[in-house]
Amino acid sequence: MNLSLGQFQDAFVDALYLRPAPALESLTGQAAFAVYRNTVLSGCVEALRANFPSIETLVGPGWMHDVTRAYAQQTPPEDPRLIHYGATFPDFLQALQTSHDLPYLADVARLDGYWCEVFSAEEEPCLTLADLAGMTATDLARGHLTPRCSVRWQWFEPHPAYSLWRVSREDLPWSPEQPWVAEGALLSGDSDGVSHQPLDRGACTFLDACAAGHSLQVASQLAQQRQPDLDFSDLLGRLLQAKAFRPLTFA
Amino acid sequence: MNRNIPLGAGLGLKAEHYDHALACDAEGLWYEVHPENYMVGGPRLAWLERMAERHALSLHGVALSLAADAEPDAGHLRRLRALIERVSPVLVSEHLAWSTWRGQYHPDLLPFPRSDEALQRIGENISRTQDALGRSIAVENPSHYLHLDGHDWDEIDFLTELARRTGCTLLLDVNNVHVSAHNLGFDAAGYLDRFPAQAISEVHLAGYSEDDQAALLIDSHDAAIAEPVWALYRHLIARIGPRPTLIERDGNLPAFAELLAERAIAQATLNRTGALS
Repeated sequence: MNLSLGQFQDAFVDALYLRPAPALESLTGQAAFAVYRNTVLSGCVEALRANFPSIETLVGPGWMHDVTRAYAQQTPPEDPRLIHYGATFPDFLQALQTSHDLPYLADVARLDGYWCEVFSAEEEPCLTLADLAGMTATDLARGHLTPRCSVRWQWFEPHPAYSLWRVSREDLPWSPEQPWVAEGALLSGDSDGVSHQPLDRGACTFLDACAAGHSLQVASQLAQQRQPDLDFSDLLGRLLQAKAFRPLTFA
Repeated sequence: MNRNIPLGAGLGLKAEHYDHALACDAEGLWYEVHPENYMVGGPRLAWLERMAERHALSLHGVALSLAADAEPDAGHLRRLRALIERVSPVLVSEHLAWSTWRGQYHPDLLPFPRSDEALQRIGENISRTQDALGRSIAVENPSHYLHLDGHDWDEIDFLTELARRTGCTLLLDVNNVHVSAHNLGFDAAGYLDRFPAQAISEVHLAGYSEDDQAALLIDSHDAAIAEPVWALYRHLIARIGPRPTLIERDGNLPAFAELLAERAIAQATLNRTGALS
């Protein structure tokens, strides 16, 4: 073997992922090379199982093992903080829909992914109800609410992705009374853990608009257009309780 | 916590044991974690900070990839330094291995030929790391499974030279020596006898598993420490004197009390040797 360190590492990675590595035949011909292949692959598989527990509940450990191996072979982690691994796993599941026939599986995976993101998010300043005391309605309308990096939300058409995710993640029974309708979800994290709740479609529109930089007035108008019966006061109270926003700005 | 109390035997810290670990007040006890699991915000970091208020901590990295032919990732170093500033670890260590290469992370400690080129690169990477962290680190001897051609350097000479060039210390993993000696066919006790005592700042112990098909021992950290490893440890400590000693356990996790009992064996060895020295 007469390789530079970098050439050795290129060839070793090829061999790990079963690509041709003729320069390392003396290594790949040893039974011991499988130790490295197995350790790398099982490290990826275990990380995905930890990050997407709801998917394993829905598809079972056998299929989960096969699909995570396939994903890991194709998409190794980019960050050693493995809680970030699998950002494209929901899309991978979506592309495999003909093999699992579960149209909601990718969205449930998205919620598992959001859980990891809010669980590991950096702490940011938080808007509280007390910060709004004494402000006039005009002041508020001009203000901008920016969602904290520890918050994720999404509206899911056409299935009850939030309910499916919650019962899968928490190992609860699926109620026969549960209507099969679209749902939204809000996940919020802080140093105590992750909390989550269902979210109306207008509420999701409101948060989308806030994240896009619209003023509170515009964001609330867009939300009301999407959902005319939205109880905005109740929504704002719930979002503040969920520590959804950074302090108000007036840029 | 009082960081002037000498470190005895420590345990790898697992979330499953958090409450027991936090409350435990065994003399000389300390805990080790992989910093990669805590370079995030949220509950994990808060959890580790509470632990750091009561117990001495060691950060044992798995992803700096010191043996890659590339500089350590600047973002990773920045996050590691931030974590060090938050939890003030008494020990910081890494492996003589690589895991990150061309923007991908391969979760293992991968081998390389101990060439002159590798020595130069790894020495630079250790120095860069120590400069970025503002402190020295310890570098651990790896487990070996492959017969690899192209070594210009014996492993102990390689590590000793790295310590001389960079001022790093060495973390001697006795289980890795036992596993590697079996897999590559060398004398483990002889290896330990040649290891430079003055450079050793920490010792690791762990259990291994057997791969019958390939006739290999695997550094799996999923079993109790085997008697041959205990024997090597006693042999080592009798020669070099007491050193902070960590018991690693990652799989088949037993109750905390069982790990504490295993730790007590290591602590007794340290106490005996300390009393004699």
